[in-house]
Amino acid sequence: MISCKNLQYSYPSQTSVPARILNFPDFTCENDETLLILGNSGRGKTTLLHLIGLILKPQSGTIVIDHQEVQQLSPQELTAVRAAKIGIIYQRPHFVNALNVLENLLLANYLASKKENREHAEFLAEQLGFQDHLNKKPHQLSLGEQQRVSIARSLINTPSLLLADEPTSSLDDENCSRVIDLLKKQSGKIGASLVVVTHDQRLKNEFSNQITL
Amino acid sequence: MNLLKISWSNLKDKKSASTLSILLLSLGIGLISLLLLLNRQLDSQFKKNIKGIDMVVGAKGSPLQLILSSIYQIDSPTGNVKLDEVNSLRSNPFVKTVIPLSMGDSYRGFRIVGTTEEYPAHFEAMVKTGDLFSEVLEVTVGSKVAESAGLSIGDTFESSHGLDGAGDTHGDNKYVVKGVFEQSGTVIDQLILTGIESIWAIHDHPEEEHTHDDNEAAHHHGEDEEHSHDEHDHHHEETAKEVTSALITFRNPMGLIALPRQINENTNMQAALPSIEINRLFSLLGVGIDTLKAIALIIIIIAGISVFISLYNSLKERKYEMALMLSMGATRLRLFLLLLSEGLILAVIGFLTGIVLSRIGMYFFNLAAEKDYHYSMANFSVLPEELTLLAGALLLGILAALIPSLSIYRINISRTLAED
Repeated sequence: MISCKNLQYSYPSQTSVPARILNFPDFTCENDETLLILGNSGRGKTTLLHLIGLILKPQSGTIVIDHQEVQQLSPQELTAVRAAKIGIIYQRPHFVNALNVLENLLLANYLASKKENREHAEFLAEQLGFQDHLNKKPHQLSLGEQQRVSIARSLINTPSLLLADEPTSSLDDENCSRVIDLLKKQSGKIGASLVVVTHDQRLKNEFSNQITL
Repeated sequence: MNLLKISWSNLKDKKSASTLSILLLSLGIGLISLLLLLNRQLDSQFKKNIKGIDMVVGAKGSPLQLILSSIYQIDSPTGNVKLDEVNSLRSNPFVKTVIPLSMGDSYRGFRIVGTTEEYPAHFEAMVKTGDLFSEVLEVTVGSKVAESAGLSIGDTFESSHGLDGAGDTHGDNKYVVKGVFEQSGTVIDQLILTGIESIWAIHDHPEEEHTHDDNEAAHHHGEDEEHSHDEHDHHHEETAKEVTSALITFRNPMGLIALPRQINENTNMQAALPSIEINRLFSLLGVGIDTLKAIALIIIIIAGISVFISLYNSLKERKYEMALMLSMGATRLRLFLLLLSEGLILAVIGFLTGIVLSRIGMYFFNLAAEKDYHYSMANFSVLPEELTLLAGALLLGILAALIPSLSIYRINISRTLAED
């Protein structure tokens, strides 16, 4: 479960760029629910995702994750909460290139200080349809396959909040609907809140809860 | 999954850069380690064989040559001296022992040395089987000679003139093996010892039968024109017994100061001090060794730069990876250690391959040394200096990895992840 109130973030002024203040609408996304945040480029979509993903700290406002207010936490505690409770899918799939697909999944276990769960990784790979690629390097996979691997990686620690930043923008229509279906299905399975941030109009009809920036 | 596994995968992923770093490092480390090994071997071989010999007397010439030929048996002798002159030293109050040596013949490349029982006694060489030589033409052979030339008790052989095994053989007189020495790790291992009378007996035939090689100064009769002091007994000259050189030990260190000068100025002989000559030899070698060491150090520094560049470049490429791992819960300290361990792994592998390389180099050097000089240098154990070398390699790995690793602390996760 995630809920935010009065979130404000300001980019500090730089030599040629004046300070820019972003205010975000309040929203709540309960467990087992989905939320689509639509907005065109430059509206602070990624900034919002980084705020609720605890990567950035807001100037003001409150964020509640699983009934826990997080603005008072230290950076170490924030990292721990993020690793344990939040799964993030980035716009372009990125991996540790030296490791193979399976190792990239297990890396998420390791970095979150959880026990490596090979069966779970293999189970997710099967669910998401890349079980034949586990021993390949990520860059040997197609973009659609890579995105499915990053979905598996975001799921592997069974988070209570799934965040997706433009998960479909680089995919064709077929892969787009497949990825979204998988996201909804998988987050439903573990009872997580799914928040998707995008400008991709193809997703408009896929989500009942929507806000626009 | 652990840090080492990730760093190992990263190193494997950029094989060419890692290989180059390891290659350079192992070359530098290997060169230094080889020099250390050689130094130890030469040092111990040279020190072991000096072993209490304070002075060597022999025919005038190069003092270093006299030392090398008489103590180490690796150079040609300087010539012959009269036995009487050598024996007159025995009455000198500073002198404790005089061990005469007579050389010039060999068997299958192993030198035959005519001497007294004092010589093996001085080197504490024990007879393993059989007896020490006592009669004329009886020999006791060193352990390596017995092994390589296949000599055992009762065997007879003809010596050949000269020290390289290429001279004429003395067909009419055959040596007989009376015993074999135990391996002592000294020069005795590679010698065939006999009584000094045997050498005289072998060469005691008309002069015209000899076809001397140039390098056989040892058996040319001494410079007679200077033979005019002490005994004016000229008819004795034809039959005067000669030896090649003699090893002297002193009763007290005062001998070192007084005797060499006295001998060099007042007799036909020259006196050489092994410690001084060997120091001179080592200081000559030292210039070459220092140059090689400097080259090795430069290679090691280049190896460090190579590690640095490789990590620095890969970090630029891997910035997103690092931000990703930070967002997945990695602490900056962990990633710092990850990068540092990549430098350390390269250093350790470079060190180990370097040590192996130096042993391979030493093996081939040893083959050559055994073949040419019969000296064995086969001691491949790890030197204490090599632990210092390991510490140096690790330090290099850390230093080279430090600056790239520290940049982990400057990564802005949000900005890095947002940029594409």
